[in-house]
Amino acid sequence: MQIAYREVEGRSPRYWALLGIIGLIALLGLGAAYYMEHHGHIVTGMTNQIVWGMPHVFAVFLIVAASGALNAASIASVFGKSAYKPLARLSGLVAVALLAGGLMVLMLDLGRPDRVIVAATYYNFKSVFAWNVFLYTGFFTFVALYLWTMMDNSVAAYGKYAGFAAFIWRLILTTGTGSIFGFLVAREAYSSALLAPMFIIFSFSYGMAVYLLILIAAYAWTGRPLGDAILHRLGRLLGWFVAAALYFVVVFHMTNLYFTKYHGVERFILVEGGIYTQMFWIGQVLLGSVVPMLILFNGKLRASRGLLVTACLLVVLGGLAQMYVTIIGGQAYPLDIFPGWEERSSFFDGVVHPYHPSLPEFLLGLGGVAVALAIVTIGVKVLRFLPESLADADVDPHAAG
Amino acid sequence: MTDNKTTPVDEGRRRFLTASAAMAGVAVAPGVVLYEIAHGKPADEPASHAVRWGMLIDTNQCQEGCDECVKACGEENGFGHGTRETDSQWIRKVELRDMRTGRTKSLPVMCQHCAEPPCVDVCPTGASFKRPDGIVLVDRHICIGCRYCMMACPYKARSFVHERITDQNPDVPRGIGCVESCTMCVHRVDRDQQPACVEACARAGHGAILFGNLNDPNSEIAKRIAQYSTMELRADLKLNLGVRYQGF
Ligand code: SF4
Repeated sequence: MQIAYREVEGRSPRYWALLGIIGLIALLGLGAAYYMEHHGHIVTGMTNQIVWGMPHVFAVFLIVAASGALNAASIASVFGKSAYKPLARLSGLVAVALLAGGLMVLMLDLGRPDRVIVAATYYNFKSVFAWNVFLYTGFFTFVALYLWTMMDNSVAAYGKYAGFAAFIWRLILTTGTGSIFGFLVAREAYSSALLAPMFIIFSFSYGMAVYLLILIAAYAWTGRPLGDAILHRLGRLLGWFVAAALYFVVVFHMTNLYFTKYHGVERFILVEGGIYTQMFWIGQVLLGSVVPMLILFNGKLRASRGLLVTACLLVVLGGLAQMYVTIIGGQAYPLDIFPGWEERSSFFDGVVHPYHPSLPEFLLGLGGVAVALAIVTIGVKVLRFLPESLADADVDPHAAG
Repeated sequence: MTDNKTTPVDEGRRRFLTASAAMAGVAVAPGVVLYEIAHGKPADEPASHAVRWGMLIDTNQCQEGCDECVKACGEENGFGHGTRETDSQWIRKVELRDMRTGRTKSLPVMCQHCAEPPCVDVCPTGASFKRPDGIVLVDRHICIGCRYCMMACPYKARSFVHERITDQNPDVPRGIGCVESCTMCVHRVDRDQQPACVEACARAGHGAILFGNLNDPNSEIAKRIAQYSTMELRADLKLNLGVRYQGF
């Protein structure tokens, strides 16, 4: 069956208002970056103890979600599910947009963003960061090729290969992102090989949640039909991703509890860590996993668009909480340089390091989100990403109902 | 860079060093010379693998409450003595208390100049690098300020420059937005001098830090390491450190 794609009109006041708000947030983010660049990181909450702060929480979330946003496309091409086919183009666009937003934040948070060209010309091939430069460029390339095969009939025959390449690449990409932390042998919170596969699972759930939110908003705001069956299916899938992510989190902490040397950091995150403990149990586990699962695994609840959107938003918030716990909490817990000794120094050895994120950091992070949304908003206006109708009967007549 | 000739000032300094070294040696433990003059390299010669610069810290000589090494480092390398969470601290005094026995110890911690430095492994641009003579440095021209090295260092040895800097020591370039750490006073070592902290500690009469060539079996530091039991911090990570501790 032929699916008709059409650009959104993008002339309504609502469209311009949306773009205006997104643009404003993006501008605020850029302004914040300029302010940080001008005064130095002294205007942030980051210190020599908490060296990665709020911008990394947003950036890593966006990059991880980028890979997961490709889910719909992968299911269509790699696993040959035709019902997902109409969803594939938007899936590719959201993936590219999220990655671009995340990278922008990462780049503008550098101590010397003016030297970003150095990062592209000097490589240390042992560094996971340097590999990531290739992983990101590769991801852009493969997804762009894949989109091309979907939009241009003359190359449509290569779609399968491009889709497959993009699929493999995104798994490598998220492995690379997880490994940024997994390779930090010195930090007890991170030195686990489980981090890479765990990040892949996280990416499935965060990416799917963001994708669903954009999909629902796009169809609601353009007044195009979006069938219940497709949402039903995607919602259930998201439920499974959330469950798998939670399972990984449990296994991660259980294995850590097995090793005596990790008991300190585990007690910190799970019991005594104050804000990190709260973010873990309330943010990541309860609001970010349990509540969405209750909604998503219940056919009746999931059928309500309001509740489905709530579940997606909660998954996103839970994901940000998870990043905060992993990135900031992992640094707040002091390094144990002298096991068996109590440590004290002018450089804050042996004490939990406080962190108070400042407004510019926060704005920079939100700016990245805004840039991602701007790319999607403009993308759907200039190119044919969205099917005219995703009504059940148009998408997959057999599965409808 | 300076040339190879010694100036009268250098001569005087060297005589002073030798004298204080002898005094320190006598004062601390008769028969054991704690101090030796490092043999550097001519400025036009590249650093060589034949040498591996290192330090041995005798925790029995290091005094609680004394921070002469820390002060000397700040002066030599042109940063203040600020101890805010955002201030650079290339070297710090760590006070320890044994959790079981209550025994206390005091010792300086700085970049350990790992032979397998995690900070160098993770640096995306190669700004973090190890010289052939074992000194680990940051190239200020290609550091992009990503701070991954700070995440990777097991000793929290690195600092990020959070603010604009004025008043620099021309020998020690520093800059906002870059990461920095103990250079083992490479500019002094290359001029045949000892790191500032080593000198200051000797001047204060403690002589707790011995600097020298770990690769030369005849050097004082190599002999001491062969003779006494010494340890590396977080030895479980097997990074083969250039800084060793004695007296634990
Ligand atoms: S102690 Fe830290 S900064 Fe120094 S070489 Fe080792 S990892 Fe690098």
